Amino acid sequence: MLAYIVRRFFVAILTVVAAAILSFIVMQLPPGDFVTSYTALLQAQGTVLTAEDQEAIRIQYGLDRPLYIQFFRWVEQMTKGNFGISFEYNRPVTEVIGDRLMLTMVVSVAAIIFIWIVALPIGIYSAVRQYSIGDYIFTFIGFLGVAIPNFMLALIMLYVGFKYFGAQQIGGLFSLEYQIEPWSWAKVWDLIKHLPLPAFILGMAGTAELIRIMRANLLDEVRKPYVVTARARGLAETRVILKYPVRAALNPFASTVGYLFPFIVSGSIIVSLVLSLPTVGPLLFKALIAQDLFLAGTILLMLAVLTVIGTFVSDLILMWIDPRIRFGVEGER
Amino acid sequence: MAQGVNDAVPTQTLDPVQTEAADRISMATQWQLMWWRFKKHRVAGASGIILLGFYLIVIFAEFFAYANPLESEAQRSLLPPQPIHWFDQGQFSPHVFALSGRRDPQTFKRVYEVDPNVKIPVRFFTEGFEYKLLGLIPANRHVIGVDPPYRAEDTIFVFGTDLNGRDLWSRLSYATRISLTIGLVGVALSLFLGILLGGVSGLYGGVIDTIIQRVIEILRSIPTIPLWMGLAAAMPREWPITRIYFFITIIISLIGWTVMARVIRGRFLSLREEDFVTAAELAGASQLRIIFRHMVPSFLSHIIAATTLAIPAMIIAETSLSFLGLGLRPPAMSWGVLLQQAQNIQAVAISPWLLIPAFPVIIAVLAFNFLGDGLRDAADPYG
Amino acid sequence: MANQERPILSVKNLKTYFHQDEGTVRAVDGASFDLLPGKTLGIVGESGCGKSVTARSILRIVDRPGRIEAGEIILRRQLANGQAEEIDLTQLNENSREIRSIRGDEIALIFQEPMTSFSAFHTIGNQMIEAIRLHRDASKKEARAHALEMLRLVGIPNPERRIDEYSFQLSGGLRQRVMIALALSSDPDILIADEPTTALDVTTQAQVLDLMRHLQQERNLSIILITHNMGVIAEMTDDVVVMYLGRVVETGPVEAIFHSPKHPYTQALLRSIPNILAEPRTKLATISGSIPHPYNRPRGCPFYPRCPEFMPGVCDTYEPQLQSLAVTDQRVSCFLYHQPLPDQTTEQQDHRG
Repeated sequence: MLAYIVRRFFVAILTVVAAAILSFIVMQLPPGDFVTSYTALLQAQGTVLTAEDQEAIRIQYGLDRPLYIQFFRWVEQMTKGNFGISFEYNRPVTEVIGDRLMLTMVVSVAAIIFIWIVALPIGIYSAVRQYSIGDYIFTFIGFLGVAIPNFMLALIMLYVGFKYFGAQQIGGLFSLEYQIEPWSWAKVWDLIKHLPLPAFILGMAGTAELIRIMRANLLDEVRKPYVVTARARGLAETRVILKYPVRAALNPFASTVGYLFPFIVSGSIIVSLVLSLPTVGPLLFKALIAQDLFLAGTILLMLAVLTVIGTFVSDLILMWIDPRIRFGVEGER
Repeated sequence: MAQGVNDAVPTQTLDPVQTEAADRISMATQWQLMWWRFKKHRVAGASGIILLGFYLIVIFAEFFAYANPLESEAQRSLLPPQPIHWFDQGQFSPHVFALSGRRDPQTFKRVYEVDPNVKIPVRFFTEGFEYKLLGLIPANRHVIGVDPPYRAEDTIFVFGTDLNGRDLWSRLSYATRISLTIGLVGVALSLFLGILLGGVSGLYGGVIDTIIQRVIEILRSIPTIPLWMGLAAAMPREWPITRIYFFITIIISLIGWTVMARVIRGRFLSLREEDFVTAAELAGASQLRIIFRHMVPSFLSHIIAATTLAIPAMIIAETSLSFLGLGLRPPAMSWGVLLQQAQNIQAVAISPWLLIPAFPVIIAVLAFNFLGDGLRDAADPYG
Repeated sequence: MANQERPILSVKNLKTYFHQDEGTVRAVDGASFDLLPGKTLGIVGESGCGKSVTARSILRIVDRPGRIEAGEIILRRQLANGQAEEIDLTQLNENSREIRSIRGDEIALIFQEPMTSFSAFHTIGNQMIEAIRLHRDASKKEARAHALEMLRLVGIPNPERRIDEYSFQLSGGLRQRVMIALALSSDPDILIADEPTTALDVTTQAQVLDLMRHLQQERNLSIILITHNMGVIAEMTDDVVVMYLGRVVETGPVEAIFHSPKHPYTQALLRSIPNILAEPRTKLATISGSIPHPYNRPRGCPFYPRCPEFMPGVCDTYEPQLQSLAVTDQRVSCFLYHQPLPDQTTEQQDHRG
């Protein structure tokens, strides 16, 4: 079991490193560098930098050094808590990001919870009542869920909300009164009340996939000998199904949900753009368009780090609920 | 007490039924078996036909478009869809009504009224704007059109027009071509990478396998859309459309290959242990021969199924990126580009037909999924 | 006691069919036998002859699309007032309270795959306690104590530790013992053992069989032992039922079956056992031909295509019935010993069945 944790942790660290490198590459891709953007910014404000000035700043920030040194400097700065300045907002990146990163995670986790609550019972039902009308209906909805990209679903819901309810904006995370208020329990409750819709839009595709997986796995498990022995002992059919094969099918279910986490975070970016949610998505978009290097790079890296943490936690949970891993029996399955 | 300690009754294996049907089954090739099973899957078959229809449009996009998709005309902006009326007083005579526009004196918005008295007949296979069929042959026939002095661009609006007054149906026809081909190209790239890396990983195992596996795991843990957005945003605006197209496909397939690689690696790994591979080795076959003659045929069908299932992801990826404005840009046309005009709620509220490009996306994705499922079920003739 | 001669379980002309798209599989096609109290009945036959389906039919846990089409399964119980009661299990609804109270409590089943017969996600104790509390009123503590006692009974060392372990932490032999403990925890009258030792090595096999015999003596348990291993049959059983293609072809006391088998199939089975005293380089005897495809069963006697005593015109037209022989306790289904009746052709039997 310990070996398992260590291995997962090791991979997590590697992933963070890879994400940092990738984010750095993305930051460096657009032509020009920090100084070019800084010069443009000052110019817009009326100050002009001479070529020597620019060169001086370059040396000061180590921008004349080779790329890998710049990379290490960036990482070093981040460990000290300095994530750079945003050009657009002319404030430290951390201030600009503010709550948004946390809210992104809140919405993503909400989507995961949605998937659990919806896909688990429907998946079980579909397997137990195979070929019933309910099964066909759910399968069809499932297919739709997979086929409609989440941002499209958001668009359609926006349209429906506007057309039939006159809502200017659906799905926001806070009611008007709470939007700029500082945090309080009331605000938290307000947030929770607003979560179902974004959770639904984000989680729809995942729910569809998980219903299929649960159905398939449960159908497999139900044929296995331990279910027959349970029945032969005299257990009622409902209990036979719910206690034994569902428990066994729960593992691949849980592991697939964990695997979905990066996709959900990913999807939240686009959906939040369509729905104008106060999360990191719209911010990242604008930062990329405006080539606001540090803001964009930091957001990219933070997204990756949080995703890695989320996946790691999910791995730990999985390990904890699987006695086979806990007692270190590999290859048993 | 009986003598003889242990086992007993030799267990007999079941012979196939000695009837004609059984003979057919035991003599059928792998592909025949696959086709028979596939035929049973009616939904998959229907999906295949739908997709064939789509790709017909891909090839003959210009023919199916009746209005020049690039011609803008502010006067025609945001026209609602005008249906083609098929019968005129009981007789089959397809026509559209003329539109006359005037400015509303109070809102200053252009208002269009349908004039049912002026009926413009719609003809099939008529002449319209010029194009090159298959890029080579000059032609000007389109699926429908009107007679002079009318022009199709001013009269037929099956799906309405967009903000620039361009007919949506025609643009959709062109967009289908781009969206569906990007999917194919992207998947081809993913497949190539996947086979290369997955194959190496599965065949050789050991350290190489571990490294590649870790890389795949790492890539799959990083959220892809932010990464795509970053890479796409970094492309200079000035680049010609073809180059953008090319790079978009590369970006998309860079993440997609991990799925392929896993599938292929899994197949190679399990096949390596199969007895028939050992038998081939013992018979003295070379590595290459074993791979291509023995292993590949047994999972080729699975690869086809997996590839088909991977295309929808590519389509959705390109649509998402272009929708955001980070992928293809006008004057290029893809489903995502067309949906750009539906980005804000006010526009959609007034002109809901701007959402129409969403439907081919959904239908194509559904069709590929059904087809892929059908192929995957059929690919396991013995399972 | 007067009841010693009456069977505790009587299967009469059981037919369990599987209706599938491609055709109907007659897994059990007219099986009849009796189980006497305190005795062991062996059911032997090749794979696919319907032994397991018979066992499942008795407990009414046949998987869909299988269904009991015809026949009776009569269970005989002792009521509290000393009277005997007979109940036909085929008449009970599959998920009814009645059959569920019989399962595990009066008739218990153990399987051949100890590895997969337990849920990997629940401790052994959990599964045992659940079974115990299902059939009697007991608190968790009481049930746990009883479970520990059962584990001790079957010879599990250190039961206090084992009871909280998972099935994959035990060896195959231990697992099978736990299976037996579980099965017997509600003190059933009948134990059906479906290939209990097939998955075990020879030494463990001997131990498990010893255990079963011991428990049988202690508790007057009636056992149905299903196997394809003639050695186990010889060692464990009092009476034997030989099945082929879903039919019972011969029954009788074990000595009679081994020393004077009547049905050609039984004879072939016994012949095929390798003989340690045979001449070196003697070819192993096999039964020629192979089991016909389930959708393609022959007319008349199911065994005739492979029978060395085949009588054309008789065996391929009429269906033999299980009939007693005058001299011994055996019953055989073969035209070597009985005349066919004119109304017993395959077609007529189909209509009747």
